[in-house]
Amino acid sequence: MTPNESVGGAAAPAPVAGEAGDGVRLSAIAKRFGAVVALGGVSLDVPPGTCVGLVGHNGAGKSTLMNVLAGTLTADEGTIAIGGDDVTAGYAIARARERGVRCIFQELSLCPNLTVAENARIEHPSLTGLSWRTEAGRLIRAKLDEIFPGHGISPGAVVADLSIARRQMVEIARAFSQTATPVRLVILDEPTSSLDQTIARQLLDHIRRFVDGGGSAVFISHLLGEVLDISDRVVVMKDGLVVADEPAAHFDRDGLVAAMGSVGGHAAAASTQSRRDTGAPKVAIDARGGGARLTAHPGEIVGLAGLAGHGQTDTLLDVFARAGRTKGAAIVDGRVAFVAGDRQTDGAFPLWSIAENIGIGSLHALKQGRFISEAKEGELAERWRERIGIRAPSVWNPLLSLSGGNQQKALFARALASDADIILMDDPMRGVDVGTKQEVYKIIREEAEKGRTFLWYTTEMDELLICDHIYVFRERAIVADLTRSELTEEAVIQASFRQDA
Amino acid sequence: MKAITTFFRQPWLFAFAAAIAVWIATAAFTQGQGAGEVLSVAFTFATFFVIVAIGQMFVVTLGPGNVDLSIPATMTLAGTVSMKIMDGLNWMILPGYLIAVAVGVVVGVLNVGLIRVLRIPPIIATLSSSFIIQSAAIWYNRGLRVKPPTMLADFTTAKIAGMPILALLVILIAAVMHVVLNRTIYGRTVIAIGQNARAARLAGLEVNRVRFLTYVMCAVFAASCGYVLAGFSGGAALNMGQEYLLASVAVVVIGGTSVAGGFSNIPGLWGAALFLFLLVTMLNTFGLGAGVRLLLTGLIIIAVITLAGGSRSSER
Repeated sequence: MTPNESVGGAAAPAPVAGEAGDGVRLSAIAKRFGAVVALGGVSLDVPPGTCVGLVGHNGAGKSTLMNVLAGTLTADEGTIAIGGDDVTAGYAIARARERGVRCIFQELSLCPNLTVAENARIEHPSLTGLSWRTEAGRLIRAKLDEIFPGHGISPGAVVADLSIARRQMVEIARAFSQTATPVRLVILDEPTSSLDQTIARQLLDHIRRFVDGGGSAVFISHLLGEVLDISDRVVVMKDGLVVADEPAAHFDRDGLVAAMGSVGGHAAAASTQSRRDTGAPKVAIDARGGGARLTAHPGEIVGLAGLAGHGQTDTLLDVFARAGRTKGAAIVDGRVAFVAGDRQTDGAFPLWSIAENIGIGSLHALKQGRFISEAKEGELAERWRERIGIRAPSVWNPLLSLSGGNQQKALFARALASDADIILMDDPMRGVDVGTKQEVYKIIREEAEKGRTFLWYTTEMDELLICDHIYVFRERAIVADLTRSELTEEAVIQASFRQDA
Repeated sequence: MKAITTFFRQPWLFAFAAAIAVWIATAAFTQGQGAGEVLSVAFTFATFFVIVAIGQMFVVTLGPGNVDLSIPATMTLAGTVSMKIMDGLNWMILPGYLIAVAVGVVVGVLNVGLIRVLRIPPIIATLSSSFIIQSAAIWYNRGLRVKPPTMLADFTTAKIAGMPILALLVILIAAVMHVVLNRTIYGRTVIAIGQNARAARLAGLEVNRVRFLTYVMCAVFAASCGYVLAGFSGGAALNMGQEYLLASVAVVVIGGTSVAGGFSNIPGLWGAALFLFLLVTMLNTFGLGAGVRLLLTGLIIIAVITLAGGSRSSER
């Protein structure tokens, strides 16, 4: 590593007046949650006209650091300087916004019961008067048009009715739109995880334009290609400390992975041997929009590909609803478990511990006599905490004390710990770091070898490479049926877009 | 040490602390005279609160918007029907109780029918069903007051060393329901639905069946309360359920159950029920008039709910 490297904990250089002083500077920030040290003295400097990429494993402290910067968490130690002024004392969300710090969080912050325009108004209190709704609508629509041409989102639409990708687009447009205070710094925490490639590209282009115009951005993503593509500088975090801070040009993908301290770099090649001929299918179902029939056999990993929101989730829900009964032409032969991608709506029980969240999928197995045994519940959770690597001091800690990726692992553990022989995965790996992904892929492989069937909706090419068989969805129909040997990125993309489009 | 800190974090502690404080205030005013009797009477009346509150708590735990407002009407109908059918005959005590339970089951099914089949929000559904139930009670009873069987009256008023036997029985039932809530698949499902109904369904839990069972169970508890209360007070009256509408909800909330669902506890019901009764007793002892008393009761309940709710939300 180069002398640029700044290891946290050591005395950070004192802020110097001048060029760098115009930007945002965090110095020696420390934050503790009970016994857990989330940040151990981290310094980060974001000058104007720069995009800083921030990478690291789940639980490395990226989100905590960004929450401190956004004012949603107060640091235990350290200083925050914006535009050369020390703003540490009394720094909170309102102060951050005043100073032009905006953020787009991994957990979306829109109110689902309000319209797009009303949500825009929440962050722009200067829109007053009788026509605030129209004004807010105009503001958000203009920004959406600018960032995502052809977005198709109406300002009058209620957020709950929008797909998760569209909600993310609104959230992004809202953070970039400007009324009373200028936008100085935008934090983007996994902004592309629920967007498909075209839209993600539009966002990256917009960030570039914004930064070239003198703004600054902090970009967090587990898609390392994106980070290297968009960032001027890349900061690598590990265990609450900064372990590398260098110009993006000094890194390549493997270099970043190494700096993060990951185990494996590339997906283990799936065995090419077909399982199609062995016995009756576990699942056979039509997509709501028709097309080819989806079938899955014991021990098979079946990928559901295509652009986000083209009926893949609906098909998984149909399989879930038909579990154990043969209704019409659909066959679902066995017990099913569902791994949510949209964790807050479909998966998490927010008031419960990690153990209770895992155990809820296996209540029958946890019974000792007539009653649920807490000892058994703890054992089950402990076993999976180790196997899947959930980073928590105790399985009885609240689920919400975990970082996003670790919460996702707990939901994986819930499904895998159950007695289900068919596992449905609703793009659950978004927002999960590279190392964790590899670990989970390995477990999925192992479980498939044991005869479990996986239906896996994913928007990532790397994950499709693990599948034995791939169905591509477009406009709610299955438009391509690819075996492993036929799978190429080109084939998937070609099937995902209409030929005449 | 750790045991002590977890003890002080129990959500039901607040209700018991409030009950004890009010009791001490009363005893201090009378210089300790009759403090024992006050407690004995408090247990007698708190018992009836707790019976309905157990059912209400399970319903409230199902999540936002879930509440059973038909409890008073159900109590009245079950009380009048069972008293009239028993007609004061001791050998009819058990069949009479089974009839009260049957009334509860019918009411529960009616409520779930309105909520599920007609898709009416629970608060409206149970309120409108209570009109039907109350009207049925008026039509059936025609203003007659039938005396309960003597053995039932004796049983509901009997005491051992100042402690009502009925209270001991309901403490036992509460203990059983505590286990049901925390250690059975049914109970876990209720709590899971209250936190996130969609996630509960996707985790493979039987959401609809459990909702159905919970509303039916709540109505059966209300009917049982109507039955024993009629036995205790010498017959059923058409207004016997009146004060149980506010009481059932207040006891649940003061007891530390989250109105937003997904978080509840049984011990708090006892603390809150004792508190409610002792509060009225205290204001009586202080010699306040009926109007002031009711006003203060209302204000104090609001204050307690605010305080209890505040302490819980800051904990999370």
